[in-house]
Amino acid sequence: MAEQKMVTFIIERQDGPDAKPYTEEFDVPYRPALNVVAALMEIQKNPVTRDGKRVAPVVWECNCLEKVCGACMMVINGQAKQACCALVEDLEQPIHLAPARTFPVIRDLLIDRTVMFESLKKIQGWINVDGSWKVHEAPRQNPNTAATAYEISHCMTCGCCMEACPNVGPQSDFIGPAPVVQAYLFNINPLGEYDKPKRLEALMQKGGITSCGNSQNCVRACPKNIKLTTYLAQLNRDVNIQAIKNIFNN
Amino acid sequence: MAKAATNVRIAVIGGGISGLMATLKICEAGGEVDLFSYCPPKRSHSLCAQGGMNACMDTKGEGDTTYTHFDDTVYGGDFLADQVAVKGMCEAAPGIVEMFDRMGVPFTRTAEGVLDLRNFGGQKKKRTVFAGSTTGQQLLYALDEQVRKWETKGKVHPYIFWEFIKIIKNKNGVCRGMVAQNMNSMEIKAFREDCVILATGGPGQIFGLCTASTICNGSAVGAVYQQGARIGNPEFIQIHPTAIPGTDKNRLMSEACRGEGGRIWVYKDGKPWYFLEEKYPDYGNLVPRDIASREIYDVCVNQGLGVDGENKVYLDLSHIPADYLEKKLGGILEMYSEFMGQDPRKVPMLIYPSVHYSMGGIWVDREHNTNIPGLMASGECDYQYHGANRLGANSLLSAAYSGTVVGPVSMAWAGKCAKLKELEEWKAKKDHGESLMPAQEKALEGIDALRQELGADLTDGELEAARKECADEFEHIIAMNGKENAHELHQELGRLMNKYVTIERVNKDLDFCFDEVKKILARWNDIGLTDHGHWANQEALFVRQLRNMILYALVITKAARMRDESRGAHFKREFPNRDDEHFMKITIADFDPKTEEPIISYEDFDHSLIKPRARTYGSK
Repeated sequence: MAEQKMVTFIIERQDGPDAKPYTEEFDVPYRPALNVVAALMEIQKNPVTRDGKRVAPVVWECNCLEKVCGACMMVINGQAKQACCALVEDLEQPIHLAPARTFPVIRDLLIDRTVMFESLKKIQGWINVDGSWKVHEAPRQNPNTAATAYEISHCMTCGCCMEACPNVGPQSDFIGPAPVVQAYLFNINPLGEYDKPKRLEALMQKGGITSCGNSQNCVRACPKNIKLTTYLAQLNRDVNIQAIKNIFNN
Repeated sequence: MAKAATNVRIAVIGGGISGLMATLKICEAGGEVDLFSYCPPKRSHSLCAQGGMNACMDTKGEGDTTYTHFDDTVYGGDFLADQVAVKGMCEAAPGIVEMFDRMGVPFTRTAEGVLDLRNFGGQKKKRTVFAGSTTGQQLLYALDEQVRKWETKGKVHPYIFWEFIKIIKNKNGVCRGMVAQNMNSMEIKAFREDCVILATGGPGQIFGLCTASTICNGSAVGAVYQQGARIGNPEFIQIHPTAIPGTDKNRLMSEACRGEGGRIWVYKDGKPWYFLEEKYPDYGNLVPRDIASREIYDVCVNQGLGVDGENKVYLDLSHIPADYLEKKLGGILEMYSEFMGQDPRKVPMLIYPSVHYSMGGIWVDREHNTNIPGLMASGECDYQYHGANRLGANSLLSAAYSGTVVGPVSMAWAGKCAKLKELEEWKAKKDHGESLMPAQEKALEGIDALRQELGADLTDGELEAARKECADEFEHIIAMNGKENAHELHQELGRLMNKYVTIERVNKDLDFCFDEVKKILARWNDIGLTDHGHWANQEALFVRQLRNMILYALVITKAARMRDESRGAHFKREFPNRDDEHFMKITIADFDPKTEEPIISYEDFDHSLIKPRARTYGSK
C-alpha cells in the first residue's frame, strides 16, 4: 500500500479575545476533494499537533458546507475565503489558516461579525411592508431588474469583502462594501424604492459610501461574484443626486 | 389586528424560516420574542433549500387547483398525513407566496414580470415558485430582514450563539421557561417565558453524512423528548435521490434539475438506460423522492449497474442550452463545478441518494401545540404535513406556513397567561378587602380554571434550580476524561444509521443497529475531552448534543423496527406492501426514563377527506 499522503496545516490560534496569538501545526491525511473544513473536522477527531502534543481542538464556525451560509470565512494562505469550498488540492502547502482580523477574534478562527448585521440596520435593509397579513397583490417587476436583485441578494454576509477592503478597520468607520451594496438591493425594489431617500441619506453619513476608497479589492474577494464595484458606483451616483435634491429642497 | 397584549414574552428557538415567521407574527400581534439561535438567523439551514416552494398560482394555463396540490401532497405522503392540516397548508400557500413577494424576495420572473413556475416531483402541473436555485436562501433573507426591522423597534431580543438546553415546567407540568447557554462565554441562564416555540429544524446529523448543515443535529428535539414531549412518525426519514456524495457532507443537487428537464441514467448493455422514464412513463424523472431513491439504490446495489461499478448514477443536464440552465439553476451548477471540478453544463453529474429530511418530529396538534402545554413546535422539527414522504418544494411551504400558525397560537396562549396575572391581582385586592367592579367579580369566576390550565409563573427558586441542574451537568461534561473522542463516536453513530435505517430496512438489521446504538450510548459515558476550558468550548457543547442525538437515533431505529409494512420512505422487503389495516396510524414515541429507550405506540389521525388509494405513480 502506498504511504498515506499528509497535508500540513499551520493554524494561527488564539485562546480568547485578549490572548496572544500563536501557531500550531497539524498533519491531516490527504484524500481527494478534501476541503479546509473537512480537514478541521479531522483535527477535531484527533487533536494532536505535528510534534505529538495533544491540544484543544481548533475552534471555528461552519454550517452549510455548500458556500451559502457564509459562516466559515477565514484567511487561507493570506486570502479571505470560505473554508468549505477551499479544496486542498488547489492550495499551496503547507496551508496557513488565520482568523479574519478585520473582526474581533473570539477564539482561534472564530470571529465576531456582529458589526455587519448592525450595519444592515443602519442602511434600513428591508422592504417596509405593512405586515405579513394579506394587504394587496405584490407588484409585477421587470424581470431584468429582478435578476439584478437576485444577484445582489446572494450576499451571505461572510465578510470576505470587509477583510479585503483596505478602508474597513480601526483606521476608518467605513461600514464596508457588503452592507452598502445591500442598500442598492432594496432601492431597486418597487416597494423598497419608497425608502430610497432614507437609505441614501444613511449612506451620506459618516462611515457611509464616502469612506469607500475605490480600491476594488471587494469585487475580487466576493465569493458570490457580486459586481460590488458596479453597484457602489451606481450608489455613489444616486447619493450625489440625492445630495443635490436635498440642497434644492432645503 | 389583535389587541396588543402587554408584557408578553415568548421564546422562539431557531432562526430558520419557521422560527422567523413565528417571530414576525408574534411581533405583529404586539408580543416580544426572545430569539435563540446557534448562528445569526441568516446562516440557518433553511438557506440550503434550493428548488422552490409549492403554491397553486395557476399562471401557466394548466388549470392547477389547490385541491390538486392537496391531493398530490397526501398521495405523495402515502396517506399518513393529517389531511385537514395538509388542506389548510395548501390553501394558504398562494397567500404566503404573495407575502414573500411583497417582502422583496427576488423570485425568478417571466417575460411579463410575474412569478415563473417550474415542475417538481410528484406533481404534474407547474406549481413551484423559485428564485433561481437558491429559493430557501432568498426566503430566509426576506424574513431575516423583516425580523431585523422589529429588532430595531425593540420587540425582538436576539440570543445569537446561544444553545437551547431544556424547557422548564412549573408544578402543573406547563412549560413556562427554558435554559440556554451562551456558546462563547459558556454562561448558562434560565429564562422565564409565557411559552416556548421550538423551530430547531431536522436531525440530519444523526446520520453523519447527509445534506443537512452541521447545526441540524436534532439535539433540541432529543432534549424535550426526554422531558416528556412525544415524537411522531420518527422512522420516516427522506432520502433525497440526487446528492453529490462527499466525505464531509453530501451536497444536495436540487430536484429542480429534473424539474427543468434533467434525466437520470446509467449504462446498461453499453447503452444509456433511462430507468425512471422507462418504469414510470407518467412522471418520468419526476417521481417522488422515496421512489427515485429506491430505484437508484436498486440499480446500483442489486443490479450492480452504478457508474464504474460504484454507487453513483448520472444526472444529466448536458442536453439543455447553457443559457437556460444559467437562468434557472445557476447557483447549484456553480457549486457542482466548484466541488467536483467538472462542468455539469457539459458532462453528466454523478449523484447518489442521501439522507435529507425528516418527515417525523415532535408530535403537534393542528395548532402546533405539543403534548406539553406551553411548548409548541414548528418547521422540520415537528411531524406535521408530510406523512410518509415529503414532496419536493413542500418543505419551504410547511416551514413558513407552520410559523404563521404557531405565532398567533402562542400569542393566544400568552394572552391567557396575561389574563391570569390580571385575575390574580384582582383576587389579591379582593382578599385584602378591596371592592371590585361587577365585571371584575364576574371575571374572577374563571380564575380556578385558568390556574388549573396554566399553573403559576416560575419562581426565582425554580429558575435557579433549573439553571443549576444544567450548569452541574455541563461541569460534569467539561471534566470528562475517558477514552472516547466525541467526534469519532458521532461518526460511528452516523455510519450505523446510514447503513441500517435508510432506504431498505431489514428487521434483524434494525435489531442489531438498535443494540449497537445502545452500546454507543453507554460509550458516551467514557468520552474524554481535550478542551476542559470555559471559553467557546465547542467540544463540550458537542458532547452534550451527542447524547441527545444518540437517544433520538434509538427512537428512529425502534420505530422503523416496529412498523412492519412499506409506506413512503419506509421500505421493508419483508413487508413490501402498505398495510392500512394495521399501520394507517401515526407512530408515537415516548421516552422511558428507566430504560432510556422509546416506548412505541400508534394513534389514529384524520384521513377523512381523500380515500386512500394504491400509490403506484403509474409504474409499469
